Amino acid sequence: MKMSGARILVESLKKLGVDQIFGYPGGVVLPIYDELFKAPELRHYLVRHEQGGVHAADGFARATGRVGVALVTSGPGATNAVTGIATAYMDSIPLVVFTGQVPTALIGNDAFQEADIIGITRPCVKHSYLVRDVRELAQTIAEAFYIASTGKPGPVLVDLPKDVVTEETEFVWPEAVSLRSYNPNVVAHVKQIERLADALEKAKRPVIYVGGGMIAANGSAELKKLAELTKAPVTETLMGLGSLPTDHPLNLGMLGMHGTYRANMAMSHADLVIALGARFDDRVTGKLDEFAVHATIAHVDIDPTAISKNVKCHIPVVGDLKDALVKLNADLKKRKVDWKGNRADWTAQIAEWHAANALAYAKKKNVIKPQFVLETINEITKGDAIYCTEVGQNQMWAAQFLKLNGPRTFLTSGGLGTMGYGFPAAIGAQAAFPAKRVFDIAGDASIQMNIQELGTAMQYRLPVIIVILNNGFLGMVRQWQQLFYGKRYAYSCTEFQPDFVKLAEAYGAFGVRVTKPDEVKGAIEKALASGRPAIVDCVVDREENVYPMVPAGAPITKMLLA
Amino acid sequence: MAAKHRHTISVLVENKFGVLSRIAGLFSGRGFNIESLSVAPTLDATTSRMTIITVGDDKIVEQITKQLNKLIDVIKVIDFTGDDHDHVEREIVLVKINAEPSNRAEILRMVEIFRGKVVDVSPKTYMIEVTGAEGKLNAFVEMIRPLGILEVARSGKVAMSRGKKSLT
Repeated sequence: MKMSGARILVESLKKLGVDQIFGYPGGVVLPIYDELFKAPELRHYLVRHEQGGVHAADGFARATGRVGVALVTSGPGATNAVTGIATAYMDSIPLVVFTGQVPTALIGNDAFQEADIIGITRPCVKHSYLVRDVRELAQTIAEAFYIASTGKPGPVLVDLPKDVVTEETEFVWPEAVSLRSYNPNVVAHVKQIERLADALEKAKRPVIYVGGGMIAANGSAELKKLAELTKAPVTETLMGLGSLPTDHPLNLGMLGMHGTYRANMAMSHADLVIALGARFDDRVTGKLDEFAVHATIAHVDIDPTAISKNVKCHIPVVGDLKDALVKLNADLKKRKVDWKGNRADWTAQIAEWHAANALAYAKKKNVIKPQFVLETINEITKGDAIYCTEVGQNQMWAAQFLKLNGPRTFLTSGGLGTMGYGFPAAIGAQAAFPAKRVFDIAGDASIQMNIQELGTAMQYRLPVIIVILNNGFLGMVRQWQQLFYGKRYAYSCTEFQPDFVKLAEAYGAFGVRVTKPDEVKGAIEKALASGRPAIVDCVVDREENVYPMVPAGAPITKMLLA
Repeated sequence: MAAKHRHTISVLVENKFGVLSRIAGLFSGRGFNIESLSVAPTLDATTSRMTIITVGDDKIVEQITKQLNKLIDVIKVIDFTGDDHDHVEREIVLVKINAEPSNRAEILRMVEIFRGKVVDVSPKTYMIEVTGAEGKLNAFVEMIRPLGILEVARSGKVAMSRGKKSLT
């Protein structure tokens, strides 16, 4: 049967099992919206800004593991989406973003609402397509989803000129996709797995260093088996948080710039570092020359470019992480090793570092400490929640203090560090899991970067709880200025801010402000009970800092402590 | 600092819209260096072959080849530099030169020595074509430079493995 390109898009999305998309209509995508009107089974969320739409699709993808879908118009619609796309790219999140484009005959003419979005996004997409013939549309959509979701996931952009979506052709859905230039199903080499197992058997002071790849590969269960079998401690990057429950006895917490004392000390004294889906980012390694210098480095990653990029790797394993761990665990189980005995000294040493309790902070009776707010949230949720964060101090405190029960419960912009990510991502996660409690841990500055999405949350009754750690500063900027710029707080103080309670109420959301520690719990419980999107504005200690902190470029053992 | 070397890298790509910009963008975005680049379709019109000359230490060149492989439209990458990649490299240069009656004989002698060809003649100029490895072309250009070069165009290198090995 002949169908328009717009109809083919809708039918293709159905074939792919897509049931929720985040978007914003405009001139050249009206034919697509007209088809969406006739397909109510495809739930479309009208966001308030395209950046919010892409972040929402990203939050949906991170929370579910499925491909997130966003649809925006040409020109400004597309350029507004760029930050969302770059955010997803840096964190390897599977997205397909459809952008409208002016008719093919007008491309390059500086037509109304024309932007070369393929060119603009080229460095921040896994791949992109400009569809120039409606007969290629179905195949292109199938390829886009295949590329976004396989191998190392990432965002794929599909640019749709208006004439391509109005012209008609036969709808032929490709049941299987294969590309001669893209073979993502990399199976880990057994010889390399064996080398890794040998190294682990011999190691006296191993550390398993887990990144976002563990979440992407759904490898948590295998990771737990590996750690428990070999009694090897685990440290997680910001992106890897939740891979192992926070309270697991082998979990050292986050490492790096704001990592725990024990995690950074363990990395620096390890004789074997097993990197699993992590990429030795500068926020993790600190000064490269002094990073894990005593260790043999083993690295399992689906992405060969991540291996030996920053730190020389001795045992590289390219392949799907879950598959590699299944094989590694099977190999290790066959070995007769006294794992517990071998680890006794190392375990004792780590316990000693832990006793330093570097996350301790001075509680005050009349001033709310931001850390206390997060501890209160733990008390209320018992970890049964999805947390999103903005970027800055709020993000680091959330990473340090929230107790996570498992993967896909901590959604944060790790690579790009996008302020304004958390709230729309929380909307996407809430759309995916209506029954879950979803929090956005925010700062008073970050939340104002996509505050308009309160409208979206209200329209679709998505009861996201925004907890603002309100210090009236761009907190992390101020912290750096205090520590490294002689306390010269250049333009980091938000001398004006809105009344967040009234702001919430203006949208019909629930708003409450707290200024005393003993009000925090009740306020959050009330927000949860309201059943509405809510802002809990916590006025916190203004100049509280995130500690430990490794100054940029210093070795990770040189931590500033509170 | 690790030693930097020149590398000749051949890349087989899908002959699709925008592939060249993806490759060029990869180099500029990651701070890799391109000395020369040539592209043309292969026997199979759905693929193109690129030859890229780049400079970097081993770590950088390893990243370059890995990053190239990571691009969705890249089918195959070969770095010809190294012992196990015995290969032939060729480049073509066109040189337009002042051809006064007094120096025509000298020009033609040089063309003969370098096994070049005169491909265009006008009352005042010759256009000369010379093919060969880079060193030979450099030598030729230096030898005729004193005679008055008006214009030089070089193709950038192409490369191919000796023997049975093949990129395609």
